[in-house]
Amino acid sequence: MASRSSTRWRFRQPSVIPGFGLALGVTLAWLTLIVLIPISGLIWRSSGLGWSKFIELTLDPRTVNALTISFGTAFIAAVVNLFFGVILAWALVRYRFPGKRVIDAMVDLPFALPTAVAGIALTALYAPNGWIGSLLEPLGIKIAFTPAGIVVALIFVGLPFVVRTVQPIMEEIDKEVEEAAATLGANRFQTISRVLLPGLLPAGLTGFALAFARGVGEYGSVIFIAGNLPYVSEIAPLLIIIRLEEFNYAAATAIASVMLLLSFFMLLVINMIQAWSRGRYGYGS
Amino acid sequence: MEVRVQNIRKEFGRFPALEDVSLDIRSGELIALLGPSGSGKTTLLRLVAGLESPTEGMIFFGEQDASRKSVQERNIGFVFQHYALFRHMTVLDNVSFGLKVRPSNRRPPAAEIRRRALDLIDLVQLSGLEKRYPGQLSGGQRQRVALARAMAVEPNVLLLDEPFGALDAQVRKELRKWLREIHDRTGHTTIFVTHDQEEALELADRVVVMSKGAIEQVGTPDEIYDHPVSPFVYGFIGQSNCLNVTLANGEIWFEDRPIGLRAANEPDGTATLYFRPHDIELIDGCGGCLAGLVTASRRVAGTRHLELDLGRAHPSVEIELPPERATSTDHTRVAFRPTKWKLFRKEEKRGAAQQRVETPAAELARTGT
Ligand SMILES: Nc1ncnc2c1ncn2[C@@H]1O[C@H](COP(=O)(O)OP(=O)(O)O)[C@@H](O)[C@H]1O
Ligand SMILES: [Mg+2]
Repeated sequence: MASRSSTRWRFRQPSVIPGFGLALGVTLAWLTLIVLIPISGLIWRSSGLGWSKFIELTLDPRTVNALTISFGTAFIAAVVNLFFGVILAWALVRYRFPGKRVIDAMVDLPFALPTAVAGIALTALYAPNGWIGSLLEPLGIKIAFTPAGIVVALIFVGLPFVVRTVQPIMEEIDKEVEEAAATLGANRFQTISRVLLPGLLPAGLTGFALAFARGVGEYGSVIFIAGNLPYVSEIAPLLIIIRLEEFNYAAATAIASVMLLLSFFMLLVINMIQAWSRGRYGYGS
Repeated sequence: MEVRVQNIRKEFGRFPALEDVSLDIRSGELIALLGPSGSGKTTLLRLVAGLESPTEGMIFFGEQDASRKSVQERNIGFVFQHYALFRHMTVLDNVSFGLKVRPSNRRPPAAEIRRRALDLIDLVQLSGLEKRYPGQLSGGQRQRVALARAMAVEPNVLLLDEPFGALDAQVRKELRKWLREIHDRTGHTTIFVTHDQEEALELADRVVVMSKGAIEQVGTPDEIYDHPVSPFVYGFIGQSNCLNVTLANGEIWFEDRPIGLRAANEPDGTATLYFRPHDIELIDGCGGCLAGLVTASRRVAGTRHLELDLGRAHPSVEIELPPERATSTDHTRVAFRPTKWKLFRKEEKRGAAQQRVETPAAELARTGT
């Protein structure tokens, strides 16, 4: 112990909070069992392909299209969710209106509903002969069986992530901060854009990242509404299933690996932005 | 700028937080709103700021009716009890916020904004910390950022809600002195709220004593302390004793004997006698005095406090003596007589109480409005 404590950098900072060893041990073991082993199996399989084969498989036009559609629609849906999720959370936090409790509970429905049910319901609504679809049809807008349909489904499944991450932070906003902005001459718009929204940025980013990640991996609800036309509305997870059914395990692993890498990279970037904005005004430390 | 509050009434739901409050504040004055918690100080301050709108009454800034103006238009500086700093902004950005959000025709150029903000940061002695975030500052430093931010907009009037409420005693004392200096240097008309009488009496040009949504008394610290106009003010400011007495033929009686104080022209009946612990004289050989047994004795800094029991039916009375006099009265019975005192008649309504003071400054007896 004496030699350990004499070194300048120490793995473990002295702290009054007990259980560091136990907590870290459980964390690592659990992550290994649940996350790391399955994922390393995937990496191991794809590394068996060889580099040139891997490149060839990922650059296959159908694969590229499917990845673009998956990430593109997930991104658009997450942006839309960020925007409307913040407004929805605002309404739930700030205003009293009849049925508020019900709406609050409804936000969680996409968590609970089997995604296939959601997909079928949305398809029924947005199909050319559905309630909403038949209204949009004369305008020349098609939702179901196009990438737009995928976006609609992903907005549905991603909504609770943004609302539920932003809501608690909003509840903590001190009314006095808004009043301070007003006494300094800021109008409503300036107060929102310069004072309130920047404070919500870290939580908003978390919600965005969660909704985005969920959207990239979403399968159940999308396949019903997407139409699944190769090169047009075929998502990457579906293509993986198709390849598996063709016993083309090499292609399936390649697509999965690319999805994994892209997702991990994007989540890492978002996390870093968060850590930076959080560290600035002393939430974390 | 002068601020006039006229017959303001404010109800929250059906609860009246302020009832018919009127107050004239002179230009450049440093005025304190003092009262116990829940007396409506914050409400009055927020009404002046425009953060609340009055149920009835008007507020004037100079000659202009400010009642109809929005918070933004009133151009006030408000320092909140818990500072309400923008925590995602640096100190510099916090202080320059008020100038940056001005419409472009009234907004100074960016370099000018920066210069003015840095000047203010200098004024509040935070030079070098302008790049810090509020989370990286101590309570006292945050307080000063809040003050600089409020002063940056060159407010008509500066409003501070319990500005030192959340700070420890040491820092409070320092900031108090420092706020007075800043006020003297910048000359802003300033209203600050406090429940700490020491703070109000030490800092303010005039003190407004509030209780239960009404103003009890307005006056300089000396007037408030030496000539309280109501039992509430007497009890709230400083130490005081009160005794139930009776009046007969212009003489004040305590229980069964006169105590040697005269209140001519007062009708007979019961009354309450107020006096401060240090406004008494000891008497040898009591032929008209108050007398009691010493039940406790404490040395507080330069004086000795004696607690006297005047009989079980009365609350105990505290008197203050120079320590050398107190030791000479080491026997347990002490006879004394108030030298400065005031009578309040119970049956009369608050604020309309008749008072008489028999003191060297007797002519000031009826000054407090
Ligand atoms: N927004 C409000 N809604 C309802 N009652 C309030 C509100 N603000 C203040 N009050 C009531 O008005 C009274 C005066 O409050 P306040 O002005 O905050 O007192 P002080 O600042 O002197 O402690 C209190 O009884 C308080 O409960
Ligand atoms: Mg208050």
